[in-house]
Amino acid sequence: MLLGKTITEIKKLISDKKITKDEVFAYFAERIANHNKTLNAYLTVQQNVSNQVDGLLSGIPLAIKDNFCTRGVRTTASAKVLDNFIPPYESTVTARLLKEGYVLLGKTNMDAWAHGSSTETSDYGPTKNPWDITRSPGGSSGGTAAAVSAYLAPAGLGSETAGSIRQPASWSGVVGLKPTYGRVPRYGVIAMGSSLDCPGPLTLSTEDAALILQVIAGKDPFDATSAPQQTENYVELMKEKKTYTIGIAEEYMKGLDEDVYKALLDSIHVFEKMGFKTKKVSLLSPQYAISVYTIIQRAEVMSNLARYDGIRYGNARTAFGTEAKRRSMLGTYTLSYGYYDAFFKKAQKVRTLIIEDFKRVFKEVDFVIGTPTPITALQLGEFEKYPFFGELMDQFNEPGAMAGIPGISLPTGLDRNGLPMSLHLMANYFRESDLLNAAFQFEKETDFMGVIKKGIHNFK
Amino acid sequence: MKNDTSPMINKYEPVIGLEIHVELKTKSKMFCQCSADYFGSPPNTNVCPVCMGMPGALPVPNATAIAWMQRIGAALHCELVTHSKFDRKHYSYPDLPKGYQISQYDEPFAVKGSITVASPYLKDREKTFRIHRVHMEEDTAKLIHVGDDTIVDFNRSSVPLVEIVTEPDFRSAEEVKVFLEELHTIIRYLGVSDADLEKGSMRMEPNISVRVVSQKSKVEGTHDQLPKYKVEVKNINSFNFVKRAIEYEVRRHIEILESGKLPAQETRGWDSEKGKTYSQRTKEEAHDYRYFPEPDIPPFHFSEEYLKNIISDLPELPSERVDRFVKAGVKEMDAFILTRDVESSTYFESVVAIASQGGKKEDVMGKIASMIVNKRIPISLSPEQFVNEYHKLTKPVETDTALLRSVIKDVIAVNQKAVTEYKAGKLNSIMFLVGQVMKQMKGKADAQTVRKALEGQLKV
Repeated sequence: MLLGKTITEIKKLISDKKITKDEVFAYFAERIANHNKTLNAYLTVQQNVSNQVDGLLSGIPLAIKDNFCTRGVRTTASAKVLDNFIPPYESTVTARLLKEGYVLLGKTNMDAWAHGSSTETSDYGPTKNPWDITRSPGGSSGGTAAAVSAYLAPAGLGSETAGSIRQPASWSGVVGLKPTYGRVPRYGVIAMGSSLDCPGPLTLSTEDAALILQVIAGKDPFDATSAPQQTENYVELMKEKKTYTIGIAEEYMKGLDEDVYKALLDSIHVFEKMGFKTKKVSLLSPQYAISVYTIIQRAEVMSNLARYDGIRYGNARTAFGTEAKRRSMLGTYTLSYGYYDAFFKKAQKVRTLIIEDFKRVFKEVDFVIGTPTPITALQLGEFEKYPFFGELMDQFNEPGAMAGIPGISLPTGLDRNGLPMSLHLMANYFRESDLLNAAFQFEKETDFMGVIKKGIHNFK
Repeated sequence: MKNDTSPMINKYEPVIGLEIHVELKTKSKMFCQCSADYFGSPPNTNVCPVCMGMPGALPVPNATAIAWMQRIGAALHCELVTHSKFDRKHYSYPDLPKGYQISQYDEPFAVKGSITVASPYLKDREKTFRIHRVHMEEDTAKLIHVGDDTIVDFNRSSVPLVEIVTEPDFRSAEEVKVFLEELHTIIRYLGVSDADLEKGSMRMEPNISVRVVSQKSKVEGTHDQLPKYKVEVKNINSFNFVKRAIEYEVRRHIEILESGKLPAQETRGWDSEKGKTYSQRTKEEAHDYRYFPEPDIPPFHFSEEYLKNIISDLPELPSERVDRFVKAGVKEMDAFILTRDVESSTYFESVVAIASQGGKKEDVMGKIASMIVNKRIPISLSPEQFVNEYHKLTKPVETDTALLRSVIKDVIAVNQKAVTEYKAGKLNSIMFLVGQVMKQMKGKADAQTVRKALEGQLKV
């Protein structure tokens, strides 16, 4: 009865008394027990928990990426350094979910410290893609993406630094929303790139993404970078019929796999058919963002990992994996005396240019369209061939991440290997309601849910 | 260096700058809600995820602490900047839970100030010392050494800390001491810190070097050449120790310079028991702090109005209070002594307010000041009791005018020599005559009245 049901649908079943909250939890617990060994989506699984609070998410169990601090529940960021860390406090985002009645199903696997785009840098082994278990689900929020894709959770939380929600959502065939930087508080999310990090939902439908955003968005007194702007009723605004202008930038259409490119053109036609206007625009080449992102993110990584000095948390610095060490070394180098101006300072200047570039284009159009990733899911092990694998995979997400604008990844169809493909819409700051509105219309117009459900049915 | 018997001293001149750390007594810590009043709490009880630097925790700046720091900057006649930010200063030490200290690098809140210190202990009675910058940061945890082990108490971690950096304007240990005493008084007047040296809420680090006097510029208005090295003596918490450490270092540097060598650039500690400094760290071991802008705290933009209010809200400062007292008839030395701490001068002012009821303050201030300074009336009394005692001591004695007239007649008759001298212009002779009259009046006369009556008689 439950298989493939969205949060919105489960809520109705509960309120119609067709199923109890405990039965819902038990259902997912059983699916996790049956399939997690195959997928390695969860690192920590909860048993028999419940939440009596009545709210927007009453009795809804969710998968939470293992970099969100959950009071009393082991939180590792998939890093052995934090193998035994049980946070004494709750992240703002999960606290907001608790206040609306959600139940924590478990903590999901990720690239260690979120360093990666394949979930393979996890110190607890890679997560497998439910569409093909020889492939990666993407990353770093690969555990949540796989859990939602295989219906080991009806939805979940991920976090992005640049692409870590949208890229795994794409490879695993689910919806992934990256909100505006600051729209969703970071307090209690183990930091990767502090000027970029952004929590967001991975879901089966646009409406579920809107619902979760509604719960987790908003100013947080514990996060000085959280945005003071009023949040909106995303679920309601999503359903008003609106037409928008979509920007098509050549720079974001280059280097795509043949099938991915064709699917993107098809999606553009769908929007045109829906009455949306399209307009050619020009943006800075994403290649600049790769350099800028690499410099700034590595510096912040070095700094954010400095606290794991082997004195607290029970594990020495030798417990760090290769990728974390590599990033720390590069971050140390770019910030070293005499190099700051050549690297970090210059990167900040280019970052400002990227921001200005987007602001200019968003005066002309509502969205810029593209794909979250140039290719579909790769075989496990492929990433080792490329030292900057993540940067390449996420090249279309990095400019928007540097600017801090929101974006959404939506399933569009399957490629020649039967793997899910997606489109990517980027919007101006705090225009999540417009993104969700367009996504909702696209969902109604296409077989998008059909794609998602096909993935779920791989795991009966 | 009066006490230094070294014949070399005239050939050399100390060049000293200071770094002073002051803990603010705000209600909460710099970046979290924990109490800033940690003194005496059991170890690690005044802590939270933020000041423990836990994974995912974020700093939120304390606006009062920033305003108080700006208050210090304003009192030191600094420019208060409109645009500023925090930076991360990285170094690995067990007292630093994040692996970096949140501090300010290139955009401190206050720059380019000065204070003019008037003191009987200065060579020219007055000297202006320039302030390079004043910035805001957080205090570290406290390390406690137990046998071979070191344990950490995080109660002090993240208490607001203000760093004041002077220009190298000091030419003797005595100047440093006088400056530090004045600074201590100013900070206490501002009500922003206890500046309690014993509790470590004010800590001093002199940067010392010595140059040959001939290195001084001969051209008026140009900067003197600075020596090619400096020695920093860390964390001293007594003005006398600072003075002694400087004297010790100056002697040591002169000895090295005399042997034809240059003292090593290094950081030294002060051993108060041995009365010596010792080497802690040489230049080769110097940290590369890898500063970069703190991404967790947005930059600051202070309005002109806000900054104007900081300045206009400044209380009367000690030097201004000295001036006001002196203008009201208080002796300079008395005014200086009375204004050294805010409590004494406040007590003095409340006594004056009561004693001058119905009259002018100027009529009583000088006398009361002198009585307090010379301990003629104990200040342990309440201001009201003090005024009662004061009235007893100063109340004019009722004079029997008939008796006075006859006594004066007798005294003039008997002491013709003094009368002649007085009339010849030796005005002091009148004091002898007053004394004689007072003796015969047996205390039943007021000395002022007697003097006036005598002067009247002798004029005729």
